[in-house]
Amino acid sequence: MKEQITPEIFQDMVTLAALELSQAEAEYLRQQLNNQLTAIGELERIPLDEATPVTSHGVPYTEQISQALRADEWITDPSAPDILSQAPETENGYIVVPDIPHTELS
Amino acid sequence: MELCDLSAEQIASLVHKREVSAREVLEATLNRVSLVDGRPGQLGIEETTPDDEKYVHAFISLTAERARVQADEVDRRLAGGEDPGPLAGVPFTVKDIFVVRGTPSTAGSRILANFVAPYTATPVERMEQAGGIMLGKVNLDEFTYGSSNESSAFIPTPRNPWNPAYVPGGSSGGSTAAVAAGEGALSLGTDTAGSIRQPAAFCGVVGMKPTYGRVSRYGLIAFGSSLDCPGPVARTVKDATLMLSVIAGRDPHDQTSVTVPVPDYASRLEAGVKGLRIGLSPDYFRITFVDPHTGELIERPIDPEVLAATRRAADVLASLGAEIIEDVPMPHTHYGIPAYFVISRVEAASNLHRYDGVKYGYRTPEYVTDLRDLYRKTRGQGFGLQPKLRILMGMYVSAAQYSEQYYVRALRVRSLIRRDFETIFDPSGAYRLDALLTPTTPTTAFTMQEVYGDSVLMQYADELTVPANHAGVPGISLPAGLDRKGLPIGIQFLGADYAEATLLQIGFAYEQATLGEDWRKRKPQVVERLAV
Repeated sequence: MKEQITPEIFQDMVTLAALELSQAEAEYLRQQLNNQLTAIGELERIPLDEATPVTSHGVPYTEQISQALRADEWITDPSAPDILSQAPETENGYIVVPDIPHTELS
Repeated sequence: MELCDLSAEQIASLVHKREVSAREVLEATLNRVSLVDGRPGQLGIEETTPDDEKYVHAFISLTAERARVQADEVDRRLAGGEDPGPLAGVPFTVKDIFVVRGTPSTAGSRILANFVAPYTATPVERMEQAGGIMLGKVNLDEFTYGSSNESSAFIPTPRNPWNPAYVPGGSSGGSTAAVAAGEGALSLGTDTAGSIRQPAAFCGVVGMKPTYGRVSRYGLIAFGSSLDCPGPVARTVKDATLMLSVIAGRDPHDQTSVTVPVPDYASRLEAGVKGLRIGLSPDYFRITFVDPHTGELIERPIDPEVLAATRRAADVLASLGAEIIEDVPMPHTHYGIPAYFVISRVEAASNLHRYDGVKYGYRTPEYVTDLRDLYRKTRGQGFGLQPKLRILMGMYVSAAQYSEQYYVRALRVRSLIRRDFETIFDPSGAYRLDALLTPTTPTTAFTMQEVYGDSVLMQYADELTVPANHAGVPGISLPAGLDRKGLPIGIQFLGADYAEATLLQIGFAYEQATLGEDWRKRKPQVVERLAV
């Protein structure tokens, strides 16, 4: 079988996915991706009428069974300190991150 | 019989009558956990020991003290003449993919191992408000990505109580193993491709995937947001009914939870099956898959013992007055897995972008040069292989140049799968079925390490359960016997949108009609061993 995901394509994907992988992981993952794409290839055998709609939820959401939209109200969450305490690094109520890659505008 | 082996319904009844206390039930259950569970799943263990191979290992975190406070509160309320609710004193476990305030909520992943949830998932909250006693969080495949529980970062991973050399199934394997072993009468699981029904079949318990939108997803750590369904795991149909009645219904915190009224499921339970039309489809009696090496399409019949159990169930239902409709066509069944490989990966990749080492969870301890380096190292170290695989596949098939070929095509195929169900359940159509009876899985449980690592083969364990997730319709898996190896066989009933009551009614009729069968007297090995 021809490999759809070559080492070059794979490397681009890994960069976009923001993942640092070991060599062994990269080899395993690339092979599994190609195997899965072979399985996915079965979808191409189905004759599909262009008029066939896409389904993004199995169950249709009619107005009758859907909840009304909530009012856009500001609610103060009492657990804000708990939420903030989960952040690996904070300072004065702010979450701290390392340097953000940027270009100085002259 | 010990208190921990009683059904939820029996426990609630005894506790309500104050014949036993919630605390006594809890202590009996904690004792069972101490006897059968072995050491809990944890990070940093590379190898399991031969001793580990004798135990279930359902738990990641057992919150015994929290449970004791809840049980004492139930007893206090009863003493004061109050009714704590329909689950009074019933111990239950929660798949560790739901957040519960103040407890670790790990998703079976290193990246969330240190996360303590600041709020509680709606289905858990409803069970606790109904008097249920939460024992703790049980193991699962990492982020629910798997069908065996072997992908969890928390080791030892769960084993099958019927024979610990075998997997419990997944991804709600901790839930089904716990319930089978008497470690809580109920468990809250989730089902994205069969993750409640497949392990329920492997562990010989009842597992239900309700209709999409029937149970709130608020507080469920998301995998495939258009497919995920929380649902009950129980030992009896009545208990699954009781639990569904508690967790179902609209939730203002989940806009996809529907406003369809929740019927009184229990009232129809004993209505029988006389006159109901139950279908059998040859498309569920075989599995079709692509050989990853040759690309060849292979078709195999399902395990003959599983097929025989399904046919026997049809005979039982026919003898109770149901009309069995043979040869119901479900032509798009075998496209369920390839479509799922696309749709679920796109949704998973999108959902996994939030884990970045900034807001919560794991952050790499290594030196980083900038924010991008922090993301790469954190995600590289925090995620196991299965999340990585899903992120990469999801990005590939939804990339601008491939999206029409893969993602949009898969969503169209999803419409065809949905149409198969609409056709057979159409009240004015040719079939007019009340339910479709199928095997839950193509085989009974496989051994540990037999399939793990081959992500394509593992996915095909869900071939008979995933169509219901694409279509959104409800399904239930019931124990239907043991195979020659002594492993449980599961059968599945699938129904129309919001037809949970019908599935429970049929399941109850089947269960009651087969109560006297020899295999029902057998107990899982880990429980049997305690009596010796």
